[in-house]
Amino acid sequence: MEVLSFLTSGVLTALEPINLGLILVGVTVGLFIGAMPGLGSVNGVAILLPVTFLVPPASAIIFLAAIYYGAMYGGAISSVSLGIPGASTAVATTFDGRPLALQGRASLALVTAALASFVGGTVATIFFSLFAPLLATVALNFGPPEIFALMLLAFATFVGLGGDDIPKTIFSICFGLVLATVGFDTISGEPRLVLFDIQGFIRGIGFIVLAIGVYGIGEMLWTIEQTRGEITTTNPKMTARGLVSDAKEAVRRGWKGTWIGSILGFFVGVLPAAGATPGSLMSYGVAKMLSKTPEEYGKGSPDGVAAPEAANNSASTGSMLPMLTLGIPGSPTTAILLGGMVIWGLTPGPRLFIDESEFVWGLIGSFYVSNLAAVLINLAFIPLFVWMLRMPFTILAPLIFVLSIVGGFAASRSMHDIWLIVIFGLGAFFLRKFDYPLAPAVLAIVLGPIAEPTLRQSLLLSSGDPMIFFTRPIAGPITVIAIILILLPAIKLIRGKRQASES
Amino acid sequence: MRQGEISLAGILALFSLYLMWKSAELPIGFIRGQGPGGGFWPFWLSLGMLLSCLAIAWNWWRGNSPASQSDEPLMDGFGWRTVLNVGGGVVGFVAMINVVSMYGAVALFLIYYLRFLGRHSWVLTLTLALCLPIGLFFFFEGAMQISMPQGLPFTQPFFDVMYDIIY
Repeated sequence: MEVLSFLTSGVLTALEPINLGLILVGVTVGLFIGAMPGLGSVNGVAILLPVTFLVPPASAIIFLAAIYYGAMYGGAISSVSLGIPGASTAVATTFDGRPLALQGRASLALVTAALASFVGGTVATIFFSLFAPLLATVALNFGPPEIFALMLLAFATFVGLGGDDIPKTIFSICFGLVLATVGFDTISGEPRLVLFDIQGFIRGIGFIVLAIGVYGIGEMLWTIEQTRGEITTTNPKMTARGLVSDAKEAVRRGWKGTWIGSILGFFVGVLPAAGATPGSLMSYGVAKMLSKTPEEYGKGSPDGVAAPEAANNSASTGSMLPMLTLGIPGSPTTAILLGGMVIWGLTPGPRLFIDESEFVWGLIGSFYVSNLAAVLINLAFIPLFVWMLRMPFTILAPLIFVLSIVGGFAASRSMHDIWLIVIFGLGAFFLRKFDYPLAPAVLAIVLGPIAEPTLRQSLLLSSGDPMIFFTRPIAGPITVIAIILILLPAIKLIRGKRQASES
Repeated sequence: MRQGEISLAGILALFSLYLMWKSAELPIGFIRGQGPGGGFWPFWLSLGMLLSCLAIAWNWWRGNSPASQSDEPLMDGFGWRTVLNVGGGVVGFVAMINVVSMYGAVALFLIYYLRFLGRHSWVLTLTLALCLPIGLFFFFEGAMQISMPQGLPFTQPFFDVMYDIIY
């Protein structure tokens, strides 16, 4: 009952005119920032942080959280409409969102993403309201071996369930992981893999460089070459009735992915250093694993859009939990929010819920209000995004190339990275021609910076004994499941051969 | 396609060897008290890439992959022309950034693509080639405070006028 009374007062705080206005502005700004390739919630929150010094701390964090929410919704728009993941959290949305758009079902993909995001955000906020302090202590039990086991599971789902050529999938994963190591070794501080001694590589290779190269340039070239420039997507005019019909279909065909993403995303988001990206990728993998029709994934399954979208919203709420209760940011965006809180004179940690309860519950109340505002604003803008796809492809294609290059520069501010985008794009085109799956490489470059330090820390803890991944109560089962998934194609092959010889 | 697949696997195998050699500049084994060396993770992953290339070559030898069974050319004349026109256009776009600024390069690329590849009217081409760079300028330089490359000094008068508007 006490929680309910705190929550009511929090929602009332969020509904105060100044806070409500900030939520509406924040969500709309976040939606457009998230929709721009190369820019994500972290850019929006970082750029608008100074603006928040003009308002009280509770209003300030409500505004920034609204931008965060809006950007999470916006990431799906660029994944579906342009085929480029606007941020790492929206990589998995591209896998099924883009095929749906190419089939003329962009509105279904966008509505599914919006509704799944809403459910994900709401489920996470309810968990947050009820279990915040308890979950914070559970999350602390996740050390490096557990986090590495989770990363292994994410890669294993691609190998075991990908359906692509296994050696090519493994090559793609290893390639993405190696690219993630270029730059400085974060543990010893020494330069590493400065390819061909080009100094630009010292800064490393960002996820966005590979993602824009693969999806913004390579995939576009492949599409133009395959279709001879005659793209035949037929996106019907959006009407209110069409929107309702898409919403019904989204609920019918995307509910399972939504629930998986909502629950799994929250728990992965809560883990320090994990955040929304692994949450969305793992939810996609698990939804595919549990689906009765896994073969539809990657070809335009609404469940494949719903799972990562529900998860990234759920995880973004979840990642605020360690930030508020322990002072540990779960993602780059929450790291900036944490910095803001310190500047506003607040001390994140276990006592925050007691000393600054009005602030904390005002923020939690704003999650509910922001989530509702975000889904309504997003649905209102869907006709605009679908209209964009009705443009002739000879207009849309150069716009995508321009946004890829400009967005790529905005993310890195380096011409070296722009040339890398072009090289990756051309390379991706030829790899795609020979059926190399490229999504695992993008996944790997995102998760690599989490996987490597956790592996090295784990081996340091165990003095080099890899059994540490099998003997710990949480890491053990996750590692075993991952190994079974990796071996799944071999098991299927042996079983197939045995059946063939018996018959 | 058949010849292309094994050639690509060979190139990727050589690249994997290069990455292994480059990774080995840092220790690739376990250092007592410090854990795995800095080259450990990329070295073994590069080895994984090399082994994958060998497996791809094995599948090619056995004729297991679709490309290894195909005698079709990688692309026909139209395909090569399209890729050269579009890919070359993107390379040209990026090359022009340091000369005519990001916004100038966007305008030139749009004129090239819309008018010469897309065969759209001059009115549509020039409208987009003018409005999009200006819109991008206000979004990035004004709203997001991100400065784009300004090219050679001759573009400066344009930027002076635009900065006068936003500041």
